[in-house]
Amino acid sequence: MASVLAVRELRKFYPKVKAVDGVSFEVEEGQCLGLLGPNGAGKSTTIEMLEGLVKPTSGEILYRGKPLDANYRERVGMQFQHTALQDFLTVRENLNFFRSLYQRTMPLEQLIDACRLEDFLDRDHRKLSGGQRQRMLLAIALVNDPDLVFLDEPTTGLDPQARRNFWDLVRTVKARGTTVVLTTHYMDEAFLLCDDLAIMDHGHVIARGSPQKLLAEHFNDSVLELPADEVRGREIGLPFVSKEDRVEILSADVNAAVRHLLDAGLSLAQLKIRPRTLEDLFLQLTGTELRA
Amino acid sequence: MSKRLIAMIKARILEVLRDRMALAWNLLFAPLLVIGMATVFSGGAQTVAKVGVISDLPLTAATHPFLGTPAVSFYSETEPDKAIAKVQRQRIDLLLDLRTKPSHYWVNSDSAKGMLLQKLLLSSEPDASEQPVTGARIRYADWLVPGLLALNIMFSSLFAIGHVIVRYRKSGYLKRLNGTPLRAFEFISAQLLACLIMMVVVSSGIFIACDSLLHLRMEGSYFNLLLVATLGSMTMIAMSLLVAARISSEELSGGLLNLISWPMLVLSGVFFSLDGAPVFVQHIAELFPLTHMLEAARAVMLDGAGLADIAKPLMVMAGMTALFLALGASTFRWSQD
Repeated sequence: MASVLAVRELRKFYPKVKAVDGVSFEVEEGQCLGLLGPNGAGKSTTIEMLEGLVKPTSGEILYRGKPLDANYRERVGMQFQHTALQDFLTVRENLNFFRSLYQRTMPLEQLIDACRLEDFLDRDHRKLSGGQRQRMLLAIALVNDPDLVFLDEPTTGLDPQARRNFWDLVRTVKARGTTVVLTTHYMDEAFLLCDDLAIMDHGHVIARGSPQKLLAEHFNDSVLELPADEVRGREIGLPFVSKEDRVEILSADVNAAVRHLLDAGLSLAQLKIRPRTLEDLFLQLTGTELRA
Repeated sequence: MSKRLIAMIKARILEVLRDRMALAWNLLFAPLLVIGMATVFSGGAQTVAKVGVISDLPLTAATHPFLGTPAVSFYSETEPDKAIAKVQRQRIDLLLDLRTKPSHYWVNSDSAKGMLLQKLLLSSEPDASEQPVTGARIRYADWLVPGLLALNIMFSSLFAIGHVIVRYRKSGYLKRLNGTPLRAFEFISAQLLACLIMMVVVSSGIFIACDSLLHLRMEGSYFNLLLVATLGSMTMIAMSLLVAARISSEELSGGLLNLISWPMLVLSGVFFSLDGAPVFVQHIAELFPLTHMLEAARAVMLDGAGLADIAKPLMVMAGMTALFLALGASTFRWSQD
């Protein structure tokens, strides 16, 4: 599969901070790459360098095998974490304004339909709900019918329903063959949308691969969850981790673990068994300490 | 004109027209200022009068008792013809020539202060001889209104565009635009043109309204006056674009714009002429675009000056515009960091 974007030894140093320190990866055509990492890991700086907004200290970014040039912005779309628009303009006027900035554009009706904007097309953009606003911003990111679109934490602050609606839109974008680079703090979002992940911390990529591959590489066990009250004061004979009101038992052999718990006389009425998730992987790789 | 430039101009004009509170304030403020100030100043409410004196002797009461009059500023004039023209335009309230006996003096009979000074002079030298002021006498309002219109252009240009760009940068809107093919020069040009279109339309409306109320003196061509207003607006807008080229703090931009506008307000001759002011102050005033806009506008309105007569201020303003735009575009920053 052809590489749309190739990043080699990318670095961005500020006077007292190494924001990105030697990052390399490739993004394949039509794939969705997820950049994951705690706050301050270097995700946003990386994506801003990929967008061409921040100049790298060193390293190379190639778009379809060539360094970024003036034409690059005609071919890519972007949605920032916090995007401000001109006051007093409606959704339709904003779309038309941004369409005027590009040579190649997606037809307005197609854009409206793809991002489900019909109901608030003539509303002042400042009066939209969070979900509506993100849909409009995605539409703006798509006005030039880009080959490659960058989405920087697009669902942060949205309610669960709005997030799921947004995921459907991203799937539609992917189905059109558009390559997506996504940063997110939501592991479920990354698992559902991304074909490939790069987990970053302290300016480095510390893990790389598809969600399934990463989980398979790092875990061979499942999690058995029991209420903390159920195990309090008992000897269960298996290693476990206390998590607030529950305990988590990690076991590669679920059947054996269940038999062991039954033998120990525990009630399994509230037992939950789940596979390892990206969140487990994320916390294992990046730690659990509070980040600024 | 490129599609991007037109889109940017249209978006900015829509934003201004739909900000009804700000628009109403801008439309109301300027004529109120013009009418209010013209009324106040033509009513003779100034407390300090200015008298030009032609004399080889020191300007003290020992030379002539009238020179000891308190609250009156006496300064030396060396070119009688130019000084008489100043009396005609009420740039000064009275001109006194002490080289003759009895003294000669010139006064504009439309000037209330001039009339008062005449009485004071005659009380100290009853034989002083009044000389005719040739040509039409100019009301203070005729002299003041071009200044106030220029002042309105200056404040509107400086604060409207400077604050808007800083707000765009602070909010991240410029960063979003930077993610598109729009170039810095296109963005700056669009802001300049959008602001210029609105400024010329609003200023023309204010001028027409003031003219119908105050019947302003207009000796020259309206086209030349429009040219002066357009070029003056461009210079002010370009100056504001330069101030806003890099900064992200509205407080800082406000401070810088005040730092620029207030000296211009005081030293560019809007309310009173700089005749008799120290030479270095007059040199400083030459650095301000408002000084040149005013000089050209008054020359057109009061003296009927043609394009050749106002070529110097027009060229100075054009040069300043080009310089400010080039510096603004080359130092322009899209985002805060």
